[in-house]
Amino acid sequence: MLKCRAAWRRLAPLARASSTLCRQNAKRAVLRNERRPDLNCSQMSTAPSGGGRENTLYVVLVGAACLGGGVYAYRTVLGDKQRYQERISEIASRTRRVEPEQQKVQTQTEPADPDSETAVEPTPVVPVLPEHAPYLLIGGGTASFAAARSIRARDPRARVLIITDEQDLPYMRPPLSKELWFSDDPAVTETLRFKQWNGKERSIYFQPPSFYVDPVELTKVENGGVAVMTGKKVVHMDVRGNKVRLCDGSEITYDKCLIATGGIPRNMQVIERAGEEVTKRTTLFRKIDDFKSLEKISRTVKSITIIGGGFLGSELACALGRKSADVGLEVMQMFPEKGNMGKVLPEYLSNWTTEKVRREGVQVLTEALVKNVNFKEGKVEIKLKDGRVVKTDHIVAAVGLEPNVDLATSGGLEVDSDFGGYRVNAELQARSNIWVAGDAACFYDIKLGRRRVEHHDHAVVSGRLAGENMTGASKPYWHQSMFWSDLGPDVGYEAIGIVDSSLPTVGVFAKATAKDTPKAATEQSGTGIRSESETEAVAGKMSPTLSTPIPPVAKDDYGKGVIFYLRDNVVVGIILWNVFNRMPIARKIIKDGEQHADLNEVAKLFNIHED
Amino acid sequence: MSYCRQEGKDRIIFVTKEDHEAPSNAELVADDPDDPYEDHGLILPNGDINWNCPCLGGMASGPCGQQFKEAFSCFHYSKEEVKGADCVENFRGMQECMQKYPELYPQEEEAESPPTDSDPAPPSTSEDQLPPDSPSAS
Repeated sequence: MLKCRAAWRRLAPLARASSTLCRQNAKRAVLRNERRPDLNCSQMSTAPSGGGRENTLYVVLVGAACLGGGVYAYRTVLGDKQRYQERISEIASRTRRVEPEQQKVQTQTEPADPDSETAVEPTPVVPVLPEHAPYLLIGGGTASFAAARSIRARDPRARVLIITDEQDLPYMRPPLSKELWFSDDPAVTETLRFKQWNGKERSIYFQPPSFYVDPVELTKVENGGVAVMTGKKVVHMDVRGNKVRLCDGSEITYDKCLIATGGIPRNMQVIERAGEEVTKRTTLFRKIDDFKSLEKISRTVKSITIIGGGFLGSELACALGRKSADVGLEVMQMFPEKGNMGKVLPEYLSNWTTEKVRREGVQVLTEALVKNVNFKEGKVEIKLKDGRVVKTDHIVAAVGLEPNVDLATSGGLEVDSDFGGYRVNAELQARSNIWVAGDAACFYDIKLGRRRVEHHDHAVVSGRLAGENMTGASKPYWHQSMFWSDLGPDVGYEAIGIVDSSLPTVGVFAKATAKDTPKAATEQSGTGIRSESETEAVAGKMSPTLSTPIPPVAKDDYGKGVIFYLRDNVVVGIILWNVFNRMPIARKIIKDGEQHADLNEVAKLFNIHED
Repeated sequence: MSYCRQEGKDRIIFVTKEDHEAPSNAELVADDPDDPYEDHGLILPNGDINWNCPCLGGMASGPCGQQFKEAFSCFHYSKEEVKGADCVENFRGMQECMQKYPELYPQEEEAESPPTDSDPAPPSTSEDQLPPDSPSAS
């Protein structure tokens, strides 16, 4: 096809030229024939012979031109064919050159493969990385893993390929800023195992390496499986061709694709502008490596400052604050709001939380806007707009997440201008055969409107939903995800829905007793991570264990309770403050979306005075 | 007695145990058992097994997922007097597979009796936060 088209294109000007030549000749011949009678009407006898000689000349000329054109065309097409063959063989040799490289990388990342023959022998049977994956998941985080599990549960023998640019297998993030810091094990940065409140130990990795199939085996293994390609970044997406291109040039085609690329931590402009001495003393916290490096730093420096008063900043501040007493570390936290979680909790609770964080050993500077940052006399100097100056050794910037939408341009995918992230519909679909889940998805929530959620449980719920829809379910986002935060062992809360402090709230509180703490809650339900406990209800009852008594905090006005967030008199968000194992009720209230006249009556449903 | 306070747009109510003793008159919308969007437990409304139930952990999706599904399906639809008596082969296959992955299926968790239909408590007692496929010890 292409050959013909290319050949025709080349012939076209030639054809035009020769046809105009023909036409011109014909015209001239006609004109001359026409004119001749006028000019030579009296000399009829001589006219035919003279015209005849000229005619043959024209015929010969035209014939020669046509012949020449034909010869030229033939040679061009032949040359094109040759050039095409050369091109194809060149591309083929290029992919062959890339594959041995991939094998070398692959053998390095394989866990227990010491004497890989492919690295030694010149021409062995080279294992080929998959060129096609029925289910391709871009990104190796929580959403991706949840989708992989969902796909495998629903499509028997499914072959799922996860591509991640991290070096680690899929793992969960919440312990990186919580449980891992409270571990007694000095080797925790290596094992990445943590003991939960109730003594149950587990790894942050969702599954050990033996769960996964080698990517090389993926197409052959009988019952399918989940394979993870680490250290590879997808740089280009061809939606029409149903394929992606990796950083090393190789291409993989897919039937269904999930984009779960998460995001990267935002940095502050003042820090980026401050020069290398400052930036190398700044941590943007998100991955396992960040945890490892911050843990090391916390043991060596004298002072750490956390910029940011949201979930991550406050949790890290509390975690480091608890360490501060042991290792003589000064921990400071600064943010523009009036109190910790200022954008989430109503002001009275935010103030209460700030006091709590202070009691964990953190110097909290509220209403702090950073003007500039410099490196002076061996210390990082942070100047605030109101004139305060803070000198510290290391900065942790926890100022938000920038969703990763690198594939939007090449994939022709829409990016949301309000929330960021890929814009997807209520069923998490961006385009045919492409879904997006997790932090990077700006989706339409049927109950609460368009949103983008950056919480762990949402990654699980949306990943699972995307997996269901990739296997033909067509379900919208329906099961509300929840989130939780613990600020030390004494105060914790679970929340669901839209929890924005700018909304009007109604809080119903009771006095807390010794039994109302996160520690007691997990001990009683026998689960580690609190959000497990609500699905435990389906799995069966757990026998309660004795909870160790914790003295109640005096002057604790907001011991435990329920806070409702209202939008147009409808409850769109609920926080369960030191009240646990009641998420299903909260979920039901939000699902109903009713206008309740008296929220105290609704609060009764939670039985906040009971355990 | 309960008392109320207003701080700007935020309302705070303090209640005692007695205040909350009377049953709530808040109305909740009745749940539709056939709602296609709703997440179901282990058994779907039509009687099939919901392999995607978080309660199963990763049992149906791991390397031995196929064997697990066969064994459990056989048990679920078994009409024998001793339920599952005709499924010994399937369970043996499942156990053989699990023995190949001791990391995922720790051996102290011996062939537990499969759950009965009335009690939707599956062999593995875990989670929704995707911990290892190995049935976690309670």
